[in-house]
Amino acid sequence: MERIDTVHTFETPEGVDLALHVAGPVPRALAFVLDALLRYGALLALAIVLLPLGGLGVGVLLILTFLAEWLYPVLFEVTRGQTPGKKAMGLTVVHQNGTPVTWPSSLIRNLLRVVDFLPLFYGLGAISMLVDHRFRRLGDLAAGTLVVHAPAERVAAALPDRPPLAPPVPLGLEEMRAIIDFAERADLAPERRAELAGLLTHKQGEAAVEEMLGYASWLGRGQ
Amino acid sequence: MRQQQFEAQHGALWEEFAQLVAAAEKREKSPQLERLPELYRRVCSHYALARHRHYSTGLLERLHALVLLGHRVLYRQKSVWLWRIVVFFWAGFPSTLRRHRGVFWLASGLFWLPALAMGLACYFDGDFLHTVLDAPSVTRMEYMYDPSNPMVGRAENRESATDFAMLGYYIWNNVGIGFRTFASGMLFGLGTVFVLLFNGTVIGGVAGHLTQLGFTQTFWPFVSGHSAFELTAICISGTAGLLLAQALLAPGQQRRVDALQGAAKEAVKLMIGAAALLILAAFIEAFWSSTRSVAPVVKYGVGAALWVFLSLYLGLAGRRRGN
Repeated sequence: MERIDTVHTFETPEGVDLALHVAGPVPRALAFVLDALLRYGALLALAIVLLPLGGLGVGVLLILTFLAEWLYPVLFEVTRGQTPGKKAMGLTVVHQNGTPVTWPSSLIRNLLRVVDFLPLFYGLGAISMLVDHRFRRLGDLAAGTLVVHAPAERVAAALPDRPPLAPPVPLGLEEMRAIIDFAERADLAPERRAELAGLLTHKQGEAAVEEMLGYASWLGRGQ
Repeated sequence: MRQQQFEAQHGALWEEFAQLVAAAEKREKSPQLERLPELYRRVCSHYALARHRHYSTGLLERLHALVLLGHRVLYRQKSVWLWRIVVFFWAGFPSTLRRHRGVFWLASGLFWLPALAMGLACYFDGDFLHTVLDAPSVTRMEYMYDPSNPMVGRAENRESATDFAMLGYYIWNNVGIGFRTFASGMLFGLGTVFVLLFNGTVIGGVAGHLTQLGFTQTFWPFVSGHSAFELTAICISGTAGLLLAQALLAPGQQRRVDALQGAAKEAVKLMIGAAALLILAAFIEAFWSSTRSVAPVVKYGVGAALWVFLSLYLGLAGRRRGN
């Protein structure tokens, strides 16, 4: 599983392993398109206001174009951890050790964007992302950064309160955990829950679910 | 210990930790925050215990999320940004450049040698510039510095542009060139070497060509002011690009990706400095170089003074005693 998984794990100084879910080319490309629409839309709107102002307006517009082309991602990544496009796609830029990205590393990855863009529409960047097992483009390789999915806010439901019921056969660790996970997952559709529970018990429908919850209760809080 | 007992015993601590982390993330100040490192270590050990005891995925995910948040907050780099900017330009930038002086001289050679050769060739042969530039570009260059042009240094369609518009153009164009010079070092240095050689050839060629035409009273006073900052900054951008190339081609006893990350950390310092120099050069070019009311002698004097100042700054600033 590890080989084909997109989870990047690293050890903190406290000695625990943390996992980050690395983002692939598709959500990142979508985020890029959103950002492009945003910055060029804003520049267009500014151009309509600034161009009639003559020389001063042209100068300001060119400086803003420079900032939008080179520093827009840096500014957002360092202050917020994500550009508006990345935010819409639920992506964050972090260092390989999970810490928020700093000015130098964000500058490196965004200045090297020009090379990733070669020869056309992120050709080199795409090749680099497909070859690297953490989807890093050339800028990420040089800066030591990763683009990861922002951790989803998932609240595990408490174990439902049911009379404990001993499982009929001895269970291995993985099996015990699967049963407790089943009980904690409140987001499954009732039909699906019944179907899954039916596979393991000899009962059908709601009765099967109840039996599974009983096992979970026995495993989670004792006989 | 059963999972439920575990949760009942430590649930309050996790709640408190989550609230403190949220406060710290928003950079709020409160005496409570002093407890954050201790709570963080305890949450870390709870997470390790929970994994070891194979508690449920839901609980593990909750603790993992807490540890991840704490890790982000506690290992965030502090920034005293204003002070760091001052220190960087006072010492960090020039001393970084001096650490890589060999690469800097290489980049400078790649720029200045073709400039010198092409300058001489174009000075002695009025048609030689056509070997690198097409006819319209040559005509445009001649027009820009023709003594009869009322706005020296401006192309035909830019005569009406004000100084401020030109400032925007110089920043957008020149800093962009500097950034591309650096980034294309990622192509094993080929891009950087090409940009340096090409710019050296064209700039030297144009200078020789215009001197041969006798436009010395317009061309040299115009370019002397900003030449020091602009040309040196391009060479520094080249240095940054060559550092990347060096890491890729000769990583030494490191993996290529590690060598690259080390080199990029150094190179980005050079690029921040180079961008600052290019922006300074853009101001000089837009507001000083283009004035015609100042005598050429004064412009040469200022240009020379800036070369001396820049050499002293890059050569000496930020040395420590005994080194």
